Amino acid sequence: MTLTDTTAVTRRTRRRASSFGMAVVRFVVTVVTTFLGLLAVTFFIGRVVPIDPALAIVGDRAPAHVVERVREELGLNLPLYQQFWIYIKQALSGDFGTSVLTTNPVMADIARVFPATIELATIGTIIGALIGVPLGVLAAVKRGSFADQIVRVIGLIGYSVPIFWLGLLALVLFYAKLNWVAYPGRIDIVYEYTFTPVTGFYLLDAIWQAQWDVALDLFRHIILPGGLLGYFSLAYISRMTRSFMLNELQQEYVVAARAKGLSETRIIWFHALRNAAVPLVTVIALSYAGLLEGSVLTETIFSWPGLGLYITNSLQNADMNAVLGGTIVIGAVFITINILSDLLYRTLDPRTKSR
Amino acid sequence: MSAPPLQIGDNLKPYSRDWLLSEQPTSRHQARLGRAYVIWRRFSANRLALAGLGIIVLLVLVAIFADVLAPHNPVQGDLMNARLLAPGTSGYLLGTDDQGRDILSRLIHGSRLTLFVVVLVAIIAAPVGLIIGTVSGYAGGWVDAVLMRITDIFLAFPKLVLALALVAALGPGIENAVLAIAVTSWPPYARIARAETMTFRNSEFISAVKLMGASPFRIVFRHVMPLCLSSLIVRVTLDMAGIILTAAGLGFLGLGAQPPLPEWGAMIASGRRFILDQWWVAAMPGAAILIVSLGFNLLGDGLRDALDPKEAGQ
Repeated sequence: MTLTDTTAVTRRTRRRASSFGMAVVRFVVTVVTTFLGLLAVTFFIGRVVPIDPALAIVGDRAPAHVVERVREELGLNLPLYQQFWIYIKQALSGDFGTSVLTTNPVMADIARVFPATIELATIGTIIGALIGVPLGVLAAVKRGSFADQIVRVIGLIGYSVPIFWLGLLALVLFYAKLNWVAYPGRIDIVYEYTFTPVTGFYLLDAIWQAQWDVALDLFRHIILPGGLLGYFSLAYISRMTRSFMLNELQQEYVVAARAKGLSETRIIWFHALRNAAVPLVTVIALSYAGLLEGSVLTETIFSWPGLGLYITNSLQNADMNAVLGGTIVIGAVFITINILSDLLYRTLDPRTKSR
Repeated sequence: MSAPPLQIGDNLKPYSRDWLLSEQPTSRHQARLGRAYVIWRRFSANRLALAGLGIIVLLVLVAIFADVLAPHNPVQGDLMNARLLAPGTSGYLLGTDDQGRDILSRLIHGSRLTLFVVVLVAIIAAPVGLIIGTVSGYAGGWVDAVLMRITDIFLAFPKLVLALALVAALGPGIENAVLAIAVTSWPPYARIARAETMTFRNSEFISAVKLMGASPFRIVFRHVMPLCLSSLIVRVTLDMAGIILTAAGLGFLGLGAQPPLPEWGAMIASGRRFILDQWWVAAMPGAAILIVSLGFNLLGDGLRDALDPKEAGQ
């Protein structure tokens, strides 16, 4: 009796372990193929589509034997799959070639500018979540009301407006006309030489060093582009919050809580929102990833010295190494956030565990 | 409207409201029209959706009759005495740009470019997604696994950045911008088509067609694809706004349509230099983009609610 019991138990655990193993294998395959796919696409863009990279270096008037030698040096005479293999190895060791524009290794450039983008996207996401979640909850609770319509319109405009245009208009209004915020850029020229950032996240550095005048100046620089990105994530977050909350408010436990006589505030903010929080975390993470991408156009408008501005500057100068390096980094971070939010969802929501 | 050669069992007047709403249609024709009528009634009850439809119809009309509607030449301006005129100056309703070109005329002609991009992306990306999705969903097995892996890889990419890199490599131009946007926008269509296909892959009417000896090709193309169309159309309509915004972004960065073409995003870029004093040069094209993408979003929302009442109000 006990014997059969234990065998049944071990069999069950083994089956569970093997399904867990399968899930891990599937997860690893997903991650690896996605990153390989990213590299394959950038490789294809960089090597197969455009002008001959060798010609791009020596110019089209160079004699044939020079072109041939450069091709050999670049490994362009190798079969494509070997070129791809070399490309993967280089990318994994962080070698994206040298930027023609800055003459630095692309990776060094990116490491220098990326904190600025992260800082901007983080501020944007914080603004978007702090305003978007309450707005979404409000819209769901007062479904069909005037407030709901307003939230809907705010969201719709956020989905429809060109970000670079809104940025330009905001600059005209808040900088040129009202002078509430600082001019485009990240830090005032006065502080550029007196302030020594440590981490690259200027705002944190300034607060850490207790340089309050610098922090205020940084804040006046970041608030407009950060607020703009925040509006875009707000549009997405409020819409999703509304839909999650509508779903939760229809559940029976809400009726039960009401029957127990709990206050409506408590039901909404403690019971329903808590259950909606799990998918919301995913949504906020995804909007963060979206802002990293949205920063490309925003940074161009606000001369924000981040990865987006780096990519667009390189674009204007046909600096393909820098463009593709930036693409890989943004793509890799994007994919990583996607995967992490998926994992987070699975760990936070007990309902997905049984699967 | 002449009466069609139909045998109608009951005595309802053809094409009347009751005929359309009849619970027992006597012909396939009547059933189809009736269904369309019900969807239209749901759609037209939504005022915002109607407004969206109105905007898009207006856009199409403006694009068709651009030559007639535009008061001035969109490419050649009056450099001598019409540079940077404010909106409302006589003859120039929305003002002029730095080359003395009437902004309204440029917007009117630019609507053609906007439609060109949107339509071309839709007719490249939607069929690709539809074919990959239906084949993947119907075939299952390793075909499904491989196709969906590829789809997921593309789905994981940041769209704008990938389009940027593609156009940078292909060279700037509106055709390349269309191609780049199409490459980044098919994966969601494939996912939707696959999900739809899976729901009726094992249903009885497919078994019946199979029993009659239809080839997998015929089943997928004749019987599966038409059923995926409605959800695909909704998704494509909802994506149109995003396509317009991406195209405008590419144009703004100088990677889309090249001057002197009156592409709206590129117009914003050229107005950027005068933004402090002559704000209208950049503001007008942006407003046009906002209105059109808002139209597509409203239309898409309305279509989704009309075609899938379960989702309505969510």
